[in-house]
Amino acid sequence: MCLGIPGEVIEFLPEQPDLARVDVSGVRRVINVGLLTDEPPEPGEWVLIHVGFALSKIDEAEAAAALAFLEGIGQAYDDELAALRDSQIE
Amino acid sequence: MRFVDEFRDADKAHALAARIAALCEPGRQYKLMEVCGGHTHTIYKHGLEDYLPESITLVHGPGCPVCVIPMGRVDDAIHLASQPDVIMTSFGDMMRVPGSNGAFFDANARGTHIKMVYSPLDSLKIAKANPDKRVVFMAIGFETTAPSTAMTVLRARAQGVTNFSVFCNHVTIIPAIKAILDSPDLRLDGFIGPGHVSTVIGCRPYEFIAKSYRKPVVVAGFEPLDILQSIYMLMLQLREGRSEVENQYSRVVPWDGNTVALKAIGETMELRPYFEWRGLGFISHSALRMRESYADMDAERLFDVPGVRVADPKACQCGEVLKGVLKPWECKVFGTACTPETPIGTCMVSPEGACAAYYNYGRMNRQRVPEAISIGLSRP
Repeated sequence: MCLGIPGEVIEFLPEQPDLARVDVSGVRRVINVGLLTDEPPEPGEWVLIHVGFALSKIDEAEAAAALAFLEGIGQAYDDELAALRDSQIE
Repeated sequence: MRFVDEFRDADKAHALAARIAALCEPGRQYKLMEVCGGHTHTIYKHGLEDYLPESITLVHGPGCPVCVIPMGRVDDAIHLASQPDVIMTSFGDMMRVPGSNGAFFDANARGTHIKMVYSPLDSLKIAKANPDKRVVFMAIGFETTAPSTAMTVLRARAQGVTNFSVFCNHVTIIPAIKAILDSPDLRLDGFIGPGHVSTVIGCRPYEFIAKSYRKPVVVAGFEPLDILQSIYMLMLQLREGRSEVENQYSRVVPWDGNTVALKAIGETMELRPYFEWRGLGFISHSALRMRESYADMDAERLFDVPGVRVADPKACQCGEVLKGVLKPWECKVFGTACTPETPIGTCMVSPEGACAAYYNYGRMNRQRVPEAISIGLSRP
């Protein structure tokens, strides 16, 4: 919950510009990017996601590291990913 | 995984360890606190203590948001969830945290509707789908999750949703650090600053630690080499007699934080005069509540919240563990009566809790394991 999950921005939702579709470990979900209005991410860029909101932009190396860290946590990350899979904010 | 090797190179780790050892002054003991539970996890996952000289002790701090929620707030939440037509929503991490009469899971077995959600936005969606219900979001966490709650409240207002409210339990990290600095129990030499919290608040809020308390702070990333690099930076400051705030994690943490997030928090929430932290007691100005202008979304104003106060179980020493006075294995019930399956204290519930990290990685005492070095790290 407190740890950020890296996701790759795929596209923005046409009707709602503060929402974006991201890919997290193969799971595609819609998240809110309203906290990055000062420096909005482009499709193909990576963000660190906290409970449904992108909190910072990161590069691909950081995304890989963050993912490896989460996978190392094991069950807790699986639970978080399962929760993200069930999440339907749009 | 070329990228990850960059952060886990065993040769680099050994080189850093040697430079850290070279900075230790003979006869001096060093106590460094890692504030964030994510860092505690990395330290035990990779056996980083085994890289450090005996004279450096890592002390685990209060930065696990689940761990610091007092039992009374769990009881209050269950009371809220028991009101007519209420659907309570909560992050999964909270579901097993024990109150005085069981956790959320136990309450659900008795008939409450406490649903696990990934995001406060899921909670808002549930509210919109159930206009005849009152949906309460159990908001917990430090500055990493507070912006999400704030943005959801702003969204609910903009969309005219009237059956959504927040039971606000957001806490702020700085007063907790100050409480630890003012505690007579513990003398610390420096702080490994939290990573993701700092993406929101930036590095400036730590400056009082460097200026007023003369202790160095290094904001750190979560990889093994990040932590070792941060310890090196702290030790270098100590050796040179400096106390400054430095940012080891600048690839993610901007010095000024996320101004949009801070603005959203400031718009919807304000500091409480005081808040109870599990094990640490009441700390002034250490938590957030909803602003008067958002009273219509403040569960504490909409409902009659009993404000239960419950003493922590006598056997549980989470308070001492959260302050870093006790190591988890020094607690009387660690690994016996208190395990991740049957937690007595919160530090064993969350994977970010110090006790769970110790337990899961088989660290039952302070004995160092030199042969374990490099097991967790890859050679290129």
